[in-house]
Amino acid sequence: MPHEHDDNNAHTLLPSEPALRVRALETILTRKGLVSAETLTEIIDIYAHKIGPHIGAKIVARAWTDPDFKQALLTNAETVLGEMGLAGRQGEHVQVVENTADIHNMVVCTLCSCYPWPLLGIPPSWYKSDAYRKRAVREPRTVLAEFGMMPHPSQSVRVWDSTAEMRYLVLPMMPAAAAGCDAEALAQWVTRDSMIGTGSPKAPQI
Amino acid sequence: MSQQKPHDMGGIPDDTIIISAESREDEEQVFHQPWHARALAITLAAGALGKWNLDASRFARECLPADDYKQFSYYEKWLAGVCNLLVTHKLISRDEVAAGTAESAAPHDRMLKPEIVSAVLASGGPVRRDIAQKPKFEAGTAVRTKQISDTLLVPDGHTRLPAYAAGKQAVIRACHGAHILPNAHAHFRGEAPEPLYQIAISAAELWGENAVAGDEVILDCWESYLEAVR
Repeated sequence: MPHEHDDNNAHTLLPSEPALRVRALETILTRKGLVSAETLTEIIDIYAHKIGPHIGAKIVARAWTDPDFKQALLTNAETVLGEMGLAGRQGEHVQVVENTADIHNMVVCTLCSCYPWPLLGIPPSWYKSDAYRKRAVREPRTVLAEFGMMPHPSQSVRVWDSTAEMRYLVLPMMPAAAAGCDAEALAQWVTRDSMIGTGSPKAPQI
Repeated sequence: MSQQKPHDMGGIPDDTIIISAESREDEEQVFHQPWHARALAITLAAGALGKWNLDASRFARECLPADDYKQFSYYEKWLAGVCNLLVTHKLISRDEVAAGTAESAAPHDRMLKPEIVSAVLASGGPVRRDIAQKPKFEAGTAVRTKQISDTLLVPDGHTRLPAYAAGKQAVIRACHGAHILPNAHAHFRGEAPEPLYQIAISAAELWGENAVAGDEVILDCWESYLEAVR
């Protein structure tokens, strides 16, 4: 049906400049009472300022200092995070995967951009890039090298392609230099990329 | 066999550097342009109207003309996808899209209100379902992934089996329980939940013998994506 085909491509009727395209659609939706501008502002505020990698970092730091919590997290993250109120949109079903001396984990979504939003926020641009989506599964070690990561020769690389609504968070290994810190201080070491598997925890900049 | 769609890009050879020195500098910003944030928020707020689900929303982006999919930046794809869903579900008209405006109307009864945004985002939308059917495969079982076309419920429809992982030997690692089947749900054919498995495919099986022994890719596959290996 040609008409239906046209409907599928109604986006081509919007202005060519992206910012104007967004404004046009927002104008239509707010005027029609389908969307409220205050709601948009609220959503943006939450993802720009409230939900981000600092949440995942606290989980990792607690796992480093509390063996029972770590065990529960690795066995059943969904329940643990649910009880902490961290099983929201795009993180309803989470599995935490642990880096060890034998395994290095890294996460990708080759089909779109699935990512554990309640723990890490909105994914960074590179995670959503075609290059990462194409290359992470085929040549993870080369990709890791670009990020400055060299898995130990004894480590296998396990790439998690988020093809369903399961979301994956990497539990990085605690750096030896961080030993003795409490959970609050340790959380400062945990980088976003270390929880995706493309980085290592880093000493906080003072 | 249906043609590989542009979104299904895992494993396609590419030598583009993922993160350049310049992009690293402003990498910590969540939204690089105000309109990126707006596009994301519009997508979530429009989704809350309840006319479509997340699978349909992904499928709308996958259905963008190949040239648009390749040229559009991330949030341009989102915006185009939501625009097309809004029109196909008759929430807005093509004329309104072309005009870039609309007549004023009273708020829709399902319009997402600002005061409940936080609670709605925090509660999410779990997709695991209780079903009577027992999982067919146990952990440790060798299986083979099907061809893409054999997983589709609708011609040229939605699937979450990536092309690079189709027709490959795999091992079941675990069953996640039954999850909503995107292949049905994206096309409004109900939830059709079935067992979802975590499977491992060796890098050697995927990419050949040059792959490092022991390296593997883990994917989540619904039962209907898999067949037993004799």
